Amino acid sequence: MTHRRRPITLLAVFLTLGLTLGLAGWVAEARAQDPRLEAARKEGKVVWYTSLALTSSEKVAKLFEAAYPGVKVEVQRTGSQRILQRMMQELQANIHNVDVVHTSDAGHYVLLKEKKLLMRYTPAGVDAFAAGFKDKDGYHYGLRATVNVIAYNTKAIPAAEAPRTWKDLLDPKWRGRLVTAHPGYSGVIATHVLALVHLHGWDYFKALAQNKPMLVQSAVDPSGVVASGERPVAVDGGDYTFYQVKKKGNPVEIVYPKEGVPLVVSPSAITSFAPHPNAARLFTDFIFSREIQQVLADTEGLYSGHPQVTYPTDKPRMSDLKLLPVDAEELEKRNEEIKTRFVEFFGA
Amino acid sequence: MPEAVAAARPRRWEGLDRAVPIWLLAAAALLLLILLPLGWLAYMSVRSDAGFTLAHYVRVLGDPTLQKALWNTVVLALWSGLVALVIGAPLAWLTARTDLPWRRSIQHLVMASFVTPPFLGAFAWVMLAGPNAGYINRLYRDWTGATDPLINIFSMPGLIFVVAIYTFPYVYIMIANTLGLIASDLEDAASILGAGRLQVARTITLPMVLPAILSGFILAVLQALALFGSPAILALPAGFHTVTTQLWAFFQYPPRVEMAAAFSMPLLLATALLLLAQKKLLGRRGYAAVGGKGGQRRVIRLGGWRYPALGACLVVLGAAVFLPYGILLKAAFSRAWAQPLTAENFTLDNWSFTFLSLTTQSAIVNTIELGVLTACVGAGLATLLAYVTNRRIVVGHQVLAFLAVAPVVIPGVVLAVALFVAYTRPPFLLYGTLWILFLAYLTKEMPVGYSQSDATLRGIHPELEEAGRILGAGRFRVLREITAPLARSGIIATWCFVFIGVIRELSASIILFSPNTKVISVVIFDLKEEGQFGAIAVLGVFMLVMTFVTVVVMQTLLGRDVMRGRQAGGAA
Repeated sequence: MTHRRRPITLLAVFLTLGLTLGLAGWVAEARAQDPRLEAARKEGKVVWYTSLALTSSEKVAKLFEAAYPGVKVEVQRTGSQRILQRMMQELQANIHNVDVVHTSDAGHYVLLKEKKLLMRYTPAGVDAFAAGFKDKDGYHYGLRATVNVIAYNTKAIPAAEAPRTWKDLLDPKWRGRLVTAHPGYSGVIATHVLALVHLHGWDYFKALAQNKPMLVQSAVDPSGVVASGERPVAVDGGDYTFYQVKKKGNPVEIVYPKEGVPLVVSPSAITSFAPHPNAARLFTDFIFSREIQQVLADTEGLYSGHPQVTYPTDKPRMSDLKLLPVDAEELEKRNEEIKTRFVEFFGA
Repeated sequence: MPEAVAAARPRRWEGLDRAVPIWLLAAAALLLLILLPLGWLAYMSVRSDAGFTLAHYVRVLGDPTLQKALWNTVVLALWSGLVALVIGAPLAWLTARTDLPWRRSIQHLVMASFVTPPFLGAFAWVMLAGPNAGYINRLYRDWTGATDPLINIFSMPGLIFVVAIYTFPYVYIMIANTLGLIASDLEDAASILGAGRLQVARTITLPMVLPAILSGFILAVLQALALFGSPAILALPAGFHTVTTQLWAFFQYPPRVEMAAAFSMPLLLATALLLLAQKKLLGRRGYAAVGGKGGQRRVIRLGGWRYPALGACLVVLGAAVFLPYGILLKAAFSRAWAQPLTAENFTLDNWSFTFLSLTTQSAIVNTIELGVLTACVGAGLATLLAYVTNRRIVVGHQVLAFLAVAPVVIPGVVLAVALFVAYTRPPFLLYGTLWILFLAYLTKEMPVGYSQSDATLRGIHPELEEAGRILGAGRFRVLREITAPLARSGIIATWCFVFIGVIRELSASIILFSPNTKVISVVIFDLKEEGQFGAIAVLGVFMLVMTFVTVVVMQTLLGRDVMRGRQAGGAA
């Protein structure tokens, strides 16, 4: 059987190789002609403050550097709220460092736009993006989206007993067995808290705090905590982080509560003071391109605003989920309230 | 001595023309280093747009959440001090006075615990004693079938435990050094007069080491008060703050620097008072029997207790060194830290991921640059200052000596708040550069450096220098050809202490870094917030290797045990 198959396999390999090389050559040629590339090369690098998980953002950076040799990406990954804090602290000291800023707190972009800290720039091809991914004034666009979910460790909890709804988590049987990330660190979680406050009110969080969840910072961290079994149930966190952990063979299962899942669209924008504006534009076009959006969907499990992006078959379509979007303006206005009340209920 | 100084004075002033500006400069640098930031801190804490105000203090001290943080710090510091005492004192006695087997190795292991960055220890203990996934708790459950964990590290007792196992060396050093100086004569006399072993210990030995015990306790409390990393790793997940983590939280956007400044003051006051108490205790050297040389120190035979005592020592050192180091190593090579290290789970990805990351690379470069720079400038400045104060070269040298050790009362986080306020505005715009970190490290390490240099210079008698001067050499030539060679090993030791202190510093760095000026400890903290255990373990191992290489180099260069002589130090 193997004998008969070999020529076809070989042919396929050659074809794929040829196609890839040809495609790569074509792409490289197209890029070489891009006049901005020269300007970007002169600038040498682009500084990217990003809240995308470290492994994912380093991957995007490596892809960009491979596509545009001579332009480096300096990745500064931390939580959304820390990014805003650092940026503002730097500006106060008159430091202009960041070119492209990407957080998961849409409210930040309301604030940054208001303070005139963003450059108006529309990445190529972004017109076709879904409506929720676009700023009407053209300052920022949604680079990726995720939804907050419940996840549990299948070794510790049989599927029949797993929580199915947000309210299920209030059952006293989960006392000491939950983990939550922090809205004071993560934009994904700040968005989540606001969405659930709309759904169930602050009383929900007050009751949740009675179950003494472990507090971690990043929305990426609950997936690790659940995978290790330190706490068997995560009460929030981006579904993509659980998806990645599950793909690596960890005993983790994701629950999309039927009350709805808070949708987090994470914008990206170029700063008005970008020290490397050409590299920033080049990079922004790159991360919004179909290729990269597809990479984010395939290997990271993220959702995209790009209409042509396809998704892994083992993830639900966004259209099949009951999404709970939040209003960016409201998120901006209630940011302080969200953090303070969370700390008030959960202690830190 | 006084007559000699008086006699030498006229001549000294003549010869000082070129040297004086340098001493003055060193003094001025010190003043700037300490008074400017603290001045700003005090100013910020009472400043408002309308002028002077106490509103920040009222708000800070009246807020129940902040009161709780304050109370948590008190509980943490006192209990940690007590536990450190309970661990450190017997260990010191066992290694200093008894025939405990492997005494030298145990001393070295205490040293290892001493130089381990506390936040790394805390991180390792998350993997060891997390209530569910922690190794110890899983073993315990497997053995006993229990459902509750044996230890919950995310709790106040857990935090106290982890803090104590890294602060007990302070108690140990104080007591071991004192015990090494007490002769056995008095104890023998008591024995001859018919006192039992316990009675001798209670009535003779204990009163003589009591000042050392108390001051070791105070040092341990000071350390625990100032710690940032361990509470951030262990208290925040459990839902409680300490003063240091709360100060750091004030810097979240929008930053509340005035509140931070006001909230720094109780901590500053507490550390200052504690240090004053310690000085009083040590200063009252009414113990003629302590401090002299001569007199025999007889080794106490433990008899049947030798091996149980050794076992107890190993338990302590297992908790502080073996277990944490082991789990860090394991996590560094594992895909999933909580799974057994099978061929399937083994990976080198953590290493390549960590070291290929640009952030890590620049953090390593930054750390080494800062370490070397601070160690060179720090050792130089400390030696100069110690020289000035020891040889009484300028008027007000006592003030200089005081200022040099004053930063010991400033917890790293508070220092960082002060530096942040001082150097984010004209005339000194240093935030965003490595210089602000350099200033923080230099200030923080000055007490350690100064104490070390001071001890060195005390050991070098001025007669040699005076001989040189009489023979016509200028002060610089004397310094270069006589003092420096004699002080060489002391200066190397100072350099290494400062270097080790700098590369593990977290509590000031976490507020002062900017994305371009990250250091290793900050990267570790960032990774911790994202839950990247593998990468943290890799960087932790790297940091430990760097530390131990420094220690080994120092010991080979100096050929002696470096643990003696360092009595006060900064917390990480």
